[in-house]
Amino acid sequence: MRLTTATLALVAAVLAAPAVQAADYVIDTARAHASINFRIKHLGFSWLTGRFDKFNGTFTFDEAKPEASSVKVEIDPSSINTNHAERDNHLRGKDFLDTSAFPKASFESTSVKLDGDKAKITGNLTLHGVTKEVTIDATRIAGGPDPWGNHREGFTGTTNLRLKDFGINFDLGPASEVVELALEVEGVRQ
Amino acid sequence: MMIRDTSAGYGVPTRVLHWGMAVAILGMYVLGLWMVDLNYYSPYYQLAPDIHRSIGMVLLTLLLGRFLWRIVNDKPDDSELSTMERTAARVVHWGFYPLLLALMISGYLMSTADGRAIEVFDWFSVPAIIENKGMEKPAGAAHALLAHLTILLVIVHALAALKHQFYDRSGVLGRMWSGSSSNR
Repeated sequence: MRLTTATLALVAAVLAAPAVQAADYVIDTARAHASINFRIKHLGFSWLTGRFDKFNGTFTFDEAKPEASSVKVEIDPSSINTNHAERDNHLRGKDFLDTSAFPKASFESTSVKLDGDKAKITGNLTLHGVTKEVTIDATRIAGGPDPWGNHREGFTGTTNLRLKDFGINFDLGPASEVVELALEVEGVRQ
Repeated sequence: MMIRDTSAGYGVPTRVLHWGMAVAILGMYVLGLWMVDLNYYSPYYQLAPDIHRSIGMVLLTLLLGRFLWRIVNDKPDDSELSTMERTAARVVHWGFYPLLLALMISGYLMSTADGRAIEVFDWFSVPAIIENKGMEKPAGAAHALLAHLTILLVIVHALAALKHQFYDRSGVLGRMWSGSSSNR
């Protein structure tokens, strides 16, 4: 009986250990120190930029064991904002994101590989109802205490998406098949 | 030439507004459905919405003018109708005003949500009154729904007119076309 209790306690301690070490962070969307930006060529002439205004997410990060990090983000695709109301309605519609049929987009990492201060974050991106593996090239910018008693970690990352891979087939021309994502993420340790 | 509406029939302004707006509103419905399905390389991709917005703003002005004209004029005699028919006719006729007003305002709010003005035929521009990014989403949904409802009311109105014209033989088409009902 005594032995069983001790074993249970040991097992519990071992199980609890990683959770204690890898700190949990909430992405600071509350005070908007994070953004999901994109850009795509307009007819090959210039870059059109936009962003998703509404999203939330969390990540785990441990400086000593960065490969154990993970990140999870949920995005409201109908919050797309390219600073043009009619275009944004078109992007929400059936030609593009079809947000009434697919009201959620998300990213959940499956592995984090480190290369100096750069990282490759691989995970599943769900967009327009299609889930596909993507890899984000990420850089840790800095981490440390903020002036108000919290600990913050900041990252920047990029990845490219081929619209057709996500079932978005509206023809914007040959120069506009790939959209570049630029992710700015700051998390507050909980 | 009869200008004012009287108990005997409709005057010229009412008739011109009625048929002009009827053609424009049906045209706008077809144009609206057509333009949202254009491909990006269509020569009409930018032109068709420009025309749609422009006509919409002109129609809004005409609607307000027509409403004022309606309330300062007599209504032609409708004593041949049953009480129920008369009530239904009033609901349909007066229903057009709030429905069309809401339809045009929703279109205006959708296009001006980002603060941009509406350019009317390179003629003048209507500024955004309420800049509220994100408003274009509910405004756009409302615009589509109200457009379908308007056409539904048009169908009810047209069927009723045809019924009175050809079944009751009360000459309502002549009253709106030439000013007086020929077979009365």
